[in-house]
Amino acid sequence: MKNNKDARIIISGGTIIDPHSNLKAEKDLLVEGDSIVAVERPGAFGDIVKEANGQVAVLDASGCFVVPGLIDMHVHLREPGFEWKETIQSGCEAAALGGFTSVCCMPNTKPTNDSAEITRFIRERAETAAARVFPIGSVSIGLKGESMSPLSELRNAGCVAFSDDGEPIWSAGLMRRALEWCNMLGAPICCHEEDKSLTCGGCVHESPRGLRLGLKGMPGVAEDVMVARDIELARVTGAHVHICHVSTARSVELVRRAKNDGFRVTAEVTPHHLALTEEAVGDYDTNAKMSPPLREEADREALRIGLREGVIDVVASDHAPHELDTKRCEFSRAAFGILGLQTAVPVILGLVDSGVLSLERAFSAMSSSSAQILSLPYGRLSAKSPADIAVIDPKREIEFNAAALKSLSKNTPWLNKTLRGAARHVVTGGRITVSEFSLNSSLISSGTNNGGE
Amino acid sequence: MMLPNRWHLLGIEGKSRGELLSIVESAVGFREVLDRDIKKVPALRGKTIVNLFLESSTRTRTSFEIAGKILSADTINIGASDSSATKGETVLDTAAVLESMNPDVIVVRHSASGVPGMLAKLLKRAAIVNAGDGLHEHPSQALLDLVTIREAFGKVTGLTVGIVGDVRHSRVARSNAYAHLALGNNVRFIGPSTLVPKELGSAFGAEIPIYHSLKEGLAGCDVVMCLRMQLERMEEHFVAHLEEYSREYGVTERLLHAYAPNAKVMHPGPANRGIEVSSEVLDGPRSLFQLQVKNGVATRMAILFHAINGLSAAVKN
Repeated sequence: MKNNKDARIIISGGTIIDPHSNLKAEKDLLVEGDSIVAVERPGAFGDIVKEANGQVAVLDASGCFVVPGLIDMHVHLREPGFEWKETIQSGCEAAALGGFTSVCCMPNTKPTNDSAEITRFIRERAETAAARVFPIGSVSIGLKGESMSPLSELRNAGCVAFSDDGEPIWSAGLMRRALEWCNMLGAPICCHEEDKSLTCGGCVHESPRGLRLGLKGMPGVAEDVMVARDIELARVTGAHVHICHVSTARSVELVRRAKNDGFRVTAEVTPHHLALTEEAVGDYDTNAKMSPPLREEADREALRIGLREGVIDVVASDHAPHELDTKRCEFSRAAFGILGLQTAVPVILGLVDSGVLSLERAFSAMSSSSAQILSLPYGRLSAKSPADIAVIDPKREIEFNAAALKSLSKNTPWLNKTLRGAARHVVTGGRITVSEFSLNSSLISSGTNNGGE
Repeated sequence: MMLPNRWHLLGIEGKSRGELLSIVESAVGFREVLDRDIKKVPALRGKTIVNLFLESSTRTRTSFEIAGKILSADTINIGASDSSATKGETVLDTAAVLESMNPDVIVVRHSASGVPGMLAKLLKRAAIVNAGDGLHEHPSQALLDLVTIREAFGKVTGLTVGIVGDVRHSRVARSNAYAHLALGNNVRFIGPSTLVPKELGSAFGAEIPIYHSLKEGLAGCDVVMCLRMQLERMEEHFVAHLEEYSREYGVTERLLHAYAPNAKVMHPGPANRGIEVSSEVLDGPRSLFQLQVKNGVATRMAILFHAINGLSAAVKN
């Protein structure tokens, strides 16, 4: 921790929403060093400002929501191995601008994050980044689904969860044993649920629309059968199964039943599956191609209800940068995945505006729920909590053109579109990473503390 | 260079009844040229047509080439092995390079759905004609089928058209479905549920009835279109083997005699004789197979003519 213990920050004039303590009130917040020290009535820290003689940073939060620093438990930072798509540095800049203070990076790098060496490399790179980075280790060596990664070694090196994301774990036997290990280690397995014998070569949702376009389909049941299998494995092992990017109504129902049965199953949904349907594919728009694919209205509605009711625990972006050349090509050949870190907040606030979600639920799904799943000490705004804070201005409009997107890649269906709602200030571990909607370059270059403590 | 009249043929989807009928009528006009001693008219003299066939094809490619030559256009053929695709060039770059050489039309065939539409968005001058894209559309085939139906029936409306076989993977079926829906004909799909899933019935704007029984599907058909059965469908478990498919869905003279005695039979070729259609039918009096090939050239003459000169100008002629 390279933080100055004496640095003080006051965030004043905003509405605090702390899902962890069910607090929603107009309050000011005082940060000292890397911790929140007090949450008080508006103006309560006026004397400190006077006495400090300019030695305290005052962040104006009027008209804004002050929320726990957002946590995205599913991103692809592409480093090591694919640094032209994204780096830990660039991905974390996008994260900070999006209001995130912590991200969890998937292990499908090159080499795969299947050894302590790679985990340590990622954490070292993240020391100077604009957000905390928590690596997710692979379940199997090289994501091949054959032999199990050294899960204890990875956990000790700082991995917070395990996943073969992008590839389903085809062998139920491997999944069972990995769940047993993970249960000892206190970490979930994040499951990319896809039966490849059902999706075989597909690239859009299997539906009349996909048939019309002449594109091979990825049926919803390809996800559902694997969700059902892994719920049963959660039942017999007692381990924690986390379902990544749920996309079908049926999978929501399966998770609902599993939770009612008391199994340790959690789930996430992406902003794009909540906001869009397969219609976004339009005339072969490769920025609407992802796995799982955008589905039908009935699926989107079930995802929204599932998130509102807490059947789906968290919103995670599945931030998946790809360079233009892999997207500006035949639809069937184009890469799967889209960016998500910078557009997550405005897309989710759009759902709040249209009455789909409450503000409190929206921000718990983007902070405290992920912290709870991963046993991280963030996602809360009470005194003595780590000073990870986002100040969200719900009225600020941003046009997501190439310059505004800090990712090295620009693959988003919201490219050049204007969305409302953005992070005005972000504090990570007591350091200001974003102020007045811009990256705080001086602080970033001197090093933001990374996570894993 | 001005090309205000450029007319793309990316698919039959969205084409109006009037557009389809005017192509059919001008194809009928061009048919006459094919029967002359000297098969050459100066309609497209000084125009350049590139046939960019990045997926293999014999009949469609030859047909477009002959059509262009009869109209006196300069035609250039580029196949997958001649193109820079083998050197890793993308189809968009290949097309952009070609456009820099100022062709009037690029006829494109590609194994990926949507490629002609991508080219039409990217390129500013050349008209794009889709000669078959992935599983999506094959509009020149549907148009030549209409020309053939007109010749056989003296009309293209008031008909019941049964499309039999692997509709799921057929661009011919898609383009024909759009064409017959636009003309107000009764279209039906016939085949096993693996190859004709129920979702296909609602994929084309209007509801299309689906028959899993060949006999029931044939009853009442004026036109029976057989689709080619691809061998790779066995590996993907859509059907057990060709014999099983043939037993259940092979179109034979005996079935036609019993259930659709007056029906004409079409096939886009190349046919698997004895699998989707028997030789007796294909070579018999109800077959329009050879007529389709012949009309293919006239139809593509009409398509190329309109792609360059625009459609409205032609409708007035």
